[in-house]
Amino acid sequence: MAIQAQPTSDAIIRVRDITVQFGKTRVLDGLNLDVKRGEILGFVGPSGAGKSVLTRTIIGLVPKIAGRIEVFGVDLDAASASERRGVERRWGILFQQGALFSSLTVRQNIQFPVREYLKVSQRLLDEIMVAKLVMVGLKPEVADRYPSELSGGMIKRVALARALALDPELVFLDEPTSGLDPIGAGDFDELVRTLQRTLGLTVFMVTHDLDSLYTACDRIAVLGNGKIIAAGSIADMKASQHPWLQEYFNGKRARAVVV
Amino acid sequence: MSGGDPTLERIAQGNGLALCAAGAWTARFAPVLERIVADAEKLRGSRPNIFIDVSQISKLDTFGAWLIERLRRSLSQADAEAKISGLSANYSTLVDEVRRVKAAPVVESNPVSLTGMLEQIGRAVAGTGTTVISLIDMLGAVLAAAGHVLISPRSFRLTSTIHHLEQVCWRAVPIVVLITFLIGCIISQQGIFHFRKFGADIFVVDMLGVLVLREIGVLLVAIMVAGRSGSAYTAELGSMKMREEIDALRTMGFDPIEVLILPRMLALVLALPILAFLGAMASLYGGGLVAWLYGGVDPEAFLLRLRDAISIDHFIVGIVKAPVMAAVIGIVACVEGLAVQGSAESLGQHTTASVVKGIFFVIVMDGVFAIFFASIGM
Repeated sequence: MAIQAQPTSDAIIRVRDITVQFGKTRVLDGLNLDVKRGEILGFVGPSGAGKSVLTRTIIGLVPKIAGRIEVFGVDLDAASASERRGVERRWGILFQQGALFSSLTVRQNIQFPVREYLKVSQRLLDEIMVAKLVMVGLKPEVADRYPSELSGGMIKRVALARALALDPELVFLDEPTSGLDPIGAGDFDELVRTLQRTLGLTVFMVTHDLDSLYTACDRIAVLGNGKIIAAGSIADMKASQHPWLQEYFNGKRARAVVV
Repeated sequence: MSGGDPTLERIAQGNGLALCAAGAWTARFAPVLERIVADAEKLRGSRPNIFIDVSQISKLDTFGAWLIERLRRSLSQADAEAKISGLSANYSTLVDEVRRVKAAPVVESNPVSLTGMLEQIGRAVAGTGTTVISLIDMLGAVLAAAGHVLISPRSFRLTSTIHHLEQVCWRAVPIVVLITFLIGCIISQQGIFHFRKFGADIFVVDMLGVLVLREIGVLLVAIMVAGRSGSAYTAELGSMKMREEIDALRTMGFDPIEVLILPRMLALVLALPILAFLGAMASLYGGGLVAWLYGGVDPEAFLLRLRDAISIDHFIVGIVKAPVMAAVIGIVACVEGLAVQGSAESLGQHTTASVVKGIFFVIVMDGVFAIFFASIGM
């Protein structure tokens, strides 16, 4: 059963009838999705279902063949270059592998978007950089290290700090907890929740991590066959009769999480 | 929704002073905010009791929260700490968050100095020695791997070698033939143009034959291969190194030299003589064509003269150099590839170094060969 997302005025992302095709393979097929202001939306689905593709389509890295995407009420196809830049300035993206600039230090990575968009003093740049590092739970001492000298978890945190550098209203997180140990992943979920509370963020989180869905997300959307097959709270998901949802939320691993 | 421009109003209250912040204290206004805060910081010590009222702020983010915290810190005095009042519940967490920020660590900068420059030169010179040692090291490792393959031929990677042979030889043929053909044309045209003054047109065939077969053919092709395939090897191995693929191979019990480098070296050593031969033929063809069309030397006369002017020695001198140059290019490329560190910048540096050093060593080798062949009278 396809859930028709009802138009709400406070939807920060509005995706309508998106179709994405690679060669002959149709990855997304008339997909609809709304993300509301201030919520943490967990986005799940089987591997290869196109979760990352949807994220990349929304942020404009993958071309779509049909459909409409509105972010902050701006239709991204109709937007002028300056309107688009305005939108891009208001969102932050955490890529799956971090995508830190390898030839810049942590300090320069975090300061990069700020330096490009705002004319502020080096002192403020440094102070904001430290504030962001503290927010994501890192010590200021890592500021002068290069990405190749960081651990996997630290890379994710620095990448999050960079995504948050301009205090965006909307953050995309592509599998933020993959590759982290359970404790690190738990900390990360906690961190996302805290940041969402303190900064009033809207978070769009692609994840495989059941713990994240339970602890961090307000709402969950499930992708399957190129469409959203279900959207709602954890309770809705568990009550769903869809076989994949049954397996995912009531399977062996899911029970382990609940216990 | 974004609120008005941020302001900070000063209101005297008895012997105290209230700084009333209003508007949007957000990243968008950061440059303005910075100025406002810098001005207000000068009020330090002007009144015994200063507090910051933030109740009128319409929007606050990390930038605004930090600047208010910074202002609070600089207005605080030993006996009286500046206070923040009117903080709403949803902003207080943010302010608490930035309160944890200690002073920013200082950026260490390296000022340009004479000693620093001298030090760099010294390091570069010392580095040359290390380069030579690492090249010899790699040569040894490759020979050892080749020896191992000779003993146990099953460990030889034929598919990989063929694949690289296709990449560095077959796919390089069009560009190598085109460029050597054009160079042949140019040599011939220039030769005829100048020799004609002495009525010695026909000697252009001697010049073309000797030059192309002994020197230009192989040297030009080697330089092209260094630029085309040496850089590719460095980039491939470098990005594999960056993604820990080489470490993965090693932990599975494979020798990266045997798996990755030996097939590449072998492909290059086989490819360069073939390309040098094709290049020499294309140059002679181009030169002959120009001699005929521009110089009026008809093909029959050209071939007759060529047969007189050159012997098999010239051809051997040229072609013998090719595998040696290929080995030098390959070794330089592989050493540079394995020296790549974690960053994209490093990959770029080593790829550049691979091509530059490759071409340099090719020319040095050519010089050494010239001395050698001169002294054995070839």
